[in-house]
This record gives sequence, structure tokens and C-alpha cells, in this order.
Amino acid sequence: MSDLKSQIIAQLNLQDTKPEDIGDDQPLFVDGLGLDSIDALELIVLLQQQYKIKLSNAEDGPKVFKTVRTMAEYITAHQAQNA
Amino acid sequence: MKTANYISASCIISNQVVYKNGLPVFEDNKPDASEFLTAAYRHFDLQYPKFFKMDNLSKLGLLANEILLQGSFDKEMYKPEDVGIVLSNANSSLDTDIRYYETTKTMPSPAQFVYTLPNIVIGEISIRHGFKGENAFFIFDDFDAVFIEQYVSNLINNNILQCCICGWVDVLDGTYNATLFLIEKDKSGNSVNFTKENLNKIYQLQNG
Repeated sequence: MSDLKSQIIAQLNLQDTKPEDIGDDQPLFVDGLGLDSIDALELIVLLQQQYKIKLSNAEDGPKVFKTVRTMAEYITAHQAQNA
Repeated sequence: MKTANYISASCIISNQVVYKNGLPVFEDNKPDASEFLTAAYRHFDLQYPKFFKMDNLSKLGLLANEILLQGSFDKEMYKPEDVGIVLSNANSSLDTDIRYYETTKTMPSPAQFVYTLPNIVIGEISIRHGFKGENAFFIFDDFDAVFIEQYVSNLINNNILQCCICGWVDVLDGTYNATLFLIEKDKSGNSVNFTKENLNKIYQLQNG
């Protein structure tokens, strides 16, 4: 999950944030890390660029991008499917 | 109708130097625009993480505005609707348009796309301070003091605004120049008359 946190920081230009500042179960949006709707689009780009995963159903977004852990689980599940 | 207004403060960011009211307040020899602006952000301790997500035009405008208002502006004197922003430049958002276009060759960047309009810098400043007054962004070949003086005076003298942040914010290919003025109705300590001559004098002081 540390790699994923580093990728999120790079993709979203969170220059004053370190991977260890982001909790595994900390909400990414609103009261947590404070990400916004444009950041959500950038996270979709990150999934495509880094993991070749296309988020086909937009309604899955809030569930997938809830925390770093939910993102990691989604990535792992997709990688297992495609293995 | 009262017609005399005043330039309460000015800020210029150009050629690796930041000037406040004509005096240099920060210098750094970083040649890259983004690196210089980040160094200035850290020097003035702005504590606004959203800064890092902005394009160079918004970084430049936001930074110049912060330094312009610091110690020169009493927010309590105005309602949000009283404070307007009128900016101008020669290159619109071309610097970011080019960067965004490059990303479209592989994966278009949503974060860059949202900055492909010059007036986004006005939005960023407004969000930061809660300003809700009249605003506009004009494209000119060069800084046009005559237009700025007439347009802003009209807004203030007709009570559409009580105060206005105005000037020039331009970025292209690593060249950057922000020259911002704080215009108010009342004369304060170091203010000078809001005239095209004084606008040009301040603009040319650091911009040649």
C-alpha cells in the first residue's frame, strides 16, 4: 500500500504529504485527505496508467476510492481476475 | 459622485524577484517558473496545499495576490460582494493549454484541463478569500493602464465594487510576470492616486 500512496501523492501533486501521512483506512475525500471531484478523475487516470484498470461503472467510484485500502483491494481483485 | 480612488498596495513578481510596494521582498535564482513560485510560496509560508495542484498562471496570480493583501488589506471592512478582481494578460492560458494538449497524446489530464481558461486564476483567488464581487479577465497585447483605470473606476464609482484587485498576470514558456494593484476608495498610509500614470509608473518600475 505504500507504493500506492506514493503514486497517489505523485498523481495528485500532494507535495506536502508523505506516504506515512495517509492512513490505510483514512477517507480520501471530504474530511479525510480532502480530495475533490477532479482528484477523483485523476485517480481513475492513475488506475488506467499504472494498473491498466478501467473503472467501467462510475457508480463504483465512491466504494473503490473510499480509502487507500479499498483502492488496493480493488486493484488486487482485478489483477487476480486478469492473471 | 466620488471619483478619486487610490492604489493602496502593489505586488510585482517577475524575473526571480518579488516586490511589494516597490521594494524587493524575496529573491531566488531558480530559473524554472514553477520552482521559483514554489520557493516563494514556502518563503511566505502560505499554508494552502491546493497551491501545488494549480497551473503556473494560478500559482502566480494567487501568490501575487497573497503578498499584495498581506498587511495591506482589512477584510473586515468589506462584504464579500464588495471585493472584485479584474485581471489581464497577453497569453491567456496558453502555457497550460500546451501542457494539456501534450497529455492528450497519451492520457488526458483532468487536473490540467480545468486550468485551460485564464479566468480560473480569479476563481482560485476568490475561493481562497471568499470574494464574490464582479470579476473579469481581459486579453491585451500589453499591460493597458488606460483600460484598467477606466474599467475599475467605473465599477467603484458606480458602487458595483468598494474595492478591486486588478492588474496583469501572464505566464508562457517559463517567463512570468504578475503586477497586481489593490484599489480602494479611501486614502491610506502609503497610497497614491489611482491614475493611469501611477499604474504605468509602478508597472514599469520592475518591468522596464
